[in-house]
Amino acid sequence: MQDGSFAISIRNASKTYSERDAFALRDVSLDVRNGEFLAVVGESGSGKTTLLKLINRLVEPTAGEIQVAGHDAKAIDPIHLRRSIGYVFQEVGLFPHLTIAENIAITPRLLGWDKPTIAERVRELLDLVRLPQDLAERFPATLSGGQRQRVGLARAIAARPEIVLMDEPFGAVDAITREGLASDYRTLHDRLKLTTILITHDVVEAVLLADRIAVMREGVILEQGAPQQLLIHASHDYVRELMAMPRQQAERVGALTAGAE
Amino acid sequence: MAASLDPRIADALALLPNYLGQHVILSISAVALGIALGLPLAMVSLSAPRWRFVLLSVVGLVQTIPSLALLALFYPLLLGLSLLTSAAFGVQFSALGFLPSLIALTLYSMLPIIRNTVTGMMGVDPAIKQAALGVGMTPMQSLIQIELPLALPTIMAGIRTAAVWVIGTATLSTPVGQTSLGNYIFTGLQTQNWIFVLFGCVAAAVLALIVDSLLGAIEHALTRRERRKLAVSAAAFAIVIAAASFSSFNGTGTQYVIGSKPFAEQYILAALLQQRLAESHLTSEQRAGLGSSVAFDALKGGDIDAYVDYSGTIWTNYMHRTDYPSRDAILREITDWLRTQNGVKLLGELGFENAYALAMRRDKAEAMGIKTIADLARQSAALSIAGDVEFFSRPEWRALERDYGLSFRDQRVLQGTFIYRAVADGEVDVISAYSSDGEIAQYDLITLEDPKQSLPPYDAMLLISPKRAEDRALSDALSPLIGAINIERMRRANMMLAAGPGQQSPDAAARSLWNDIAHRP
Repeated sequence: MQDGSFAISIRNASKTYSERDAFALRDVSLDVRNGEFLAVVGESGSGKTTLLKLINRLVEPTAGEIQVAGHDAKAIDPIHLRRSIGYVFQEVGLFPHLTIAENIAITPRLLGWDKPTIAERVRELLDLVRLPQDLAERFPATLSGGQRQRVGLARAIAARPEIVLMDEPFGAVDAITREGLASDYRTLHDRLKLTTILITHDVVEAVLLADRIAVMREGVILEQGAPQQLLIHASHDYVRELMAMPRQQAERVGALTAGAE
Repeated sequence: MAASLDPRIADALALLPNYLGQHVILSISAVALGIALGLPLAMVSLSAPRWRFVLLSVVGLVQTIPSLALLALFYPLLLGLSLLTSAAFGVQFSALGFLPSLIALTLYSMLPIIRNTVTGMMGVDPAIKQAALGVGMTPMQSLIQIELPLALPTIMAGIRTAAVWVIGTATLSTPVGQTSLGNYIFTGLQTQNWIFVLFGCVAAAVLALIVDSLLGAIEHALTRRERRKLAVSAAAFAIVIAAASFSSFNGTGTQYVIGSKPFAEQYILAALLQQRLAESHLTSEQRAGLGSSVAFDALKGGDIDAYVDYSGTIWTNYMHRTDYPSRDAILREITDWLRTQNGVKLLGELGFENAYALAMRRDKAEAMGIKTIADLARQSAALSIAGDVEFFSRPEWRALERDYGLSFRDQRVLQGTFIYRAVADGEVDVISAYSSDGEIAQYDLITLEDPKQSLPPYDAMLLISPKRAEDRALSDALSPLIGAINIERMRRANMMLAAGPGQQSPDAAARSLWNDIAHRP
């Protein structure tokens, strides 16, 4: 299973939301290996969220084929499919009327786990995402942004999925919290042997976390490869420009600090 | 303490269990039905924008129909339906009272319930709905576990609004024969018993406040998921409803139903009929303040068993006759029409008329030598007349103008008791009056004779429903009243309900009227 087989395989997928609209996705193909951490980078409207939602069938493709763990996604009951894939939402999407414990337990409960097993799993997950146990009975509104993101993460991996989809998961928190969250997740990814697709518009985040980066623009994947490879010799102008941004910014910051000394 | 209590408050309190109970049963049923119909309709409309638009427009339109008109509309509608089903399937139902009120109030309750449900459900954050699907919920699980709980405060606010509206509007169901707290208000307005009016308003308002705050407590407990608080507030709600409902069952199971139209004399006569039945150990309840044609239809349909109507009303309004033959001919035709066309039994005439009449101050009439309308016609060009809103547009007035050639210097419209004040103070010379009004004696007026018999007779007639036509116990209990109430007696009784110090309840006036009859037969 580990090498040669793909956790996710997208073949020539296209998506239009209505007859008149432009393509949200145009003939996209993408493979993700088992255990791989893939970052999809692009500006808003580039089609990256649509691509992610194809995988757990929150969006159905207009054309093309998607395989999940070697099976045609169309043949899998979408409810079953979604329960087996972790999903972290852009707006976190915690249920405001449920406690933290209930939010984390939602997918195991839908899968019919028994109560003691769920309770044990919730305790385990709070530790795993490094949240204090006494948050369990609180409601989402009483938590900080960073804490809510960690709950969202715990909810996504609660039913022990092998695949985790993350839609700009660290967008709504401040820079320092974000740094901690991101590196904590990368550790989890490795420890739990997950396959992760991370959607982000932050090139630095993608470069520091991912094994491989795919750059999207206007519904098309322009280029994909390992971070180093894209940083050093990207063949597409837009990709080169995009990948150069973090280094340029770093140089400007460096120049400022050098001037101050 | 009890001795110092105003007798009108004591009367009102005695009626409270029945009025309140029926009011609560009606309102709660209407809101419950409104929820049962409104929630699914709103849910279905969520995924169909065009249907949602139609639904919201229709329930919005219903809201613009005046409540009284909506209630009144359902009575003839249901009556027709009942006749149809009875003809087609032999199934007959009561079109009076509960059913028309329930339907009208249910329609009323649906706007806030549907609108708030739609608003609440559409207001759920799309990100949350997406998350519910994303964690693997079915659309039904998302609806029940996520969307409904999040929309609950808005939906409950709609239900609370509906409950308060319905409890208020239910007071208007009295004219279609449904007993409610509105009986206080309608009786009070007609008899100028302001304590009754106030009592009815306050009782309805207090009931609305209690129900609203209990529903609020239930909502709070539901959203906070406090099981104990939910249990306590739901139990309190159930107890309030049960207590109010049970109290009204004391009054049910009576043998007879007596009807009355909405004015003082009718309340007294209905009370008198009830007292006569009680004397013969027959139990009865009253459907008070029915609209004029509602009362006759209700008698025909067997929803009420007996009431007093007037020959002129039957002749003009129900038989639609415009000719006025002699009194005896009219009486003969009415008796025949009642029996053959409607199966209604005329037990007899009570002995007085409540007719349209022209009245003048006795001293002025004597000074001018006026005894009859013919006398009046000779001097009318120099005189002024006042009538109530209806009078100058009625066929009776046109007949008077035609037959006597009446033409006054000045003609104006006045309302209610003002009309008597005006003639007593000499502001106008002649007024239209009802011959049994107590004010005629109070202000020392005389009613002018009608030698050409232009005005139809308005003899008070005791009518019995078709299904009670052969009921000997009922006839025996009521027959002592036939021919026993002359015009002076009725005027005295009516006078007792006049506003001011010493104002009596219809019950007290009826007892005094019977004393009159019993002691000087």
